[in-house]
Amino acid sequence: MSQEEAGIVIAGAGHAGGSAAAFLRQYGWKGPITLVGEEPLLPYQRPPLSKAWLKREATADNLALRPERFYTQQRIATRLGMRVTAIDRDARRLALADGTSLPYDRLILATGASPRRLGLPGETLRGVLALRSAADADALAAVLAPGHRIAIIGGGYIGLEVAASARALGASAVVIEREARVLARVAGHALSAFLESRHRAEGVELLLEAAVEAIEGEAGAATAVRLIDGRRIPCDAVLVGIGAVPNDALAVACGLEAGGGITVDLAARTSDPLIHAIGDCTRRPLPLYGREARLESVPNAIEQAKQAAADICGRPAPIPEVPWFWSDQYDLRLQIAGLAFDPAEAILRGEPESGSFAVFHLAADQRVLAVEAVNAPAEFMAGRILVSKQRQVAPHLLRDAAMPLKDLAI
Amino acid sequence: MPQVTYIEHSGTEHRIELEAGKSVMQGAIDNGIPGIDADCGGECACATCHVYVDEAWLAKCGTAGEQEASMLSFAATAEPNSRLSCQITMSPELDGLVVRMPEAQH
Repeated sequence: MSQEEAGIVIAGAGHAGGSAAAFLRQYGWKGPITLVGEEPLLPYQRPPLSKAWLKREATADNLALRPERFYTQQRIATRLGMRVTAIDRDARRLALADGTSLPYDRLILATGASPRRLGLPGETLRGVLALRSAADADALAAVLAPGHRIAIIGGGYIGLEVAASARALGASAVVIEREARVLARVAGHALSAFLESRHRAEGVELLLEAAVEAIEGEAGAATAVRLIDGRRIPCDAVLVGIGAVPNDALAVACGLEAGGGITVDLAARTSDPLIHAIGDCTRRPLPLYGREARLESVPNAIEQAKQAAADICGRPAPIPEVPWFWSDQYDLRLQIAGLAFDPAEAILRGEPESGSFAVFHLAADQRVLAVEAVNAPAEFMAGRILVSKQRQVAPHLLRDAAMPLKDLAI
Repeated sequence: MPQVTYIEHSGTEHRIELEAGKSVMQGAIDNGIPGIDADCGGECACATCHVYVDEAWLAKCGTAGEQEASMLSFAATAEPNSRLSCQITMSPELDGLVVRMPEAQH
């Protein structure tokens, strides 16, 4: 036991790490808290990076999760621009990139995820970008200008949101997706088809079932994306948005249980009782679905931050929440609650042509697994309740837009 | 600077100064006041910044927009004076505002 109390060290100053520090104080932790972050910024919101921040509708103040004075007032020490290089579990110390080390009594890993790399020739050319940090977003904003064309590799949420922002900024956008539809891994067919049609109507070029062979360049800068079928897509810049990989290397190196993310329980505990892990870097149980998965979302980061803070402060574990996500593209607000694992049936409520509709995904026993709502906040809220109650609903009741959702959900 | 009082479900009161133009949700987050989660950061997408506005201030806070009203109608603990605090913008007219928090946001 050291003379000085080392307190809690949080490795990672993103949404998860910043929220954990705040919840620890709210739940009564009086000892030291140190937040170590690799980026030079205090915790900030990443969701606006592909939207309001790119379109310069948000300021650094809007982006910050909390103002600087919060950390002073709450006695949360920050070590920004500092990378953790190793964890010594026996000595309870973190090695830092500047050669010093930092002791801890309890450690919370909130190391996040990194953009998945393409692994193809040309990836290191200038103008080949990813989007994770504010610095990435600034680099991207610099190329989204009228007359410029951006090639977006990957038709996931990041790719589609950036395509929408590019159009708003007057740039051309071409989305190159390997699968037969956009959002193939995360959305149902109806939502994919609706978004494809909307993006095309906005002037986005969508290339589906299109596999990239290489990025071509001149004088060190990207000039085109070459597909395996020989097509060549000329462009001024390339955004690679093909998913993220968990930053679990530190955890793996010190022997914590991991596999596709750091393994945690519903109290965000790792296999070491003194170490919790939260956010994008974890693989967590999903009690509503009887399985484990890695969730990359702000609500998940906040939920796990609460779990860890509650566990450390000796409070009861919070009630598990329904995973949920949102995305804004053009004037469309997408809200998704639940996860459609092994869906048996997709029920459409409302007319996609009207611009407001929802798709409910049901299991074989008619339990509601997930809802995808487009400009349909009531359907989203009702779906979230139905998922949390694991309610079985007859498809015709969901399909009937005259049937009040309140009667089904509450 | 205008002041806001947040009353936790337990009865604990927090009075803070909140600059005009900032949302009542942001005031709670910036000052570490428990009881407002604000998962979506103020986008009116999550309904986790639900508050009850003190009756005396209800009219001055304006009315909920369509999206906000839709979301609130499904909040388990919604009352006629329920609002999403990310949609209430602080102004000199709201100096002295009192809001109460529900037992839980989820």
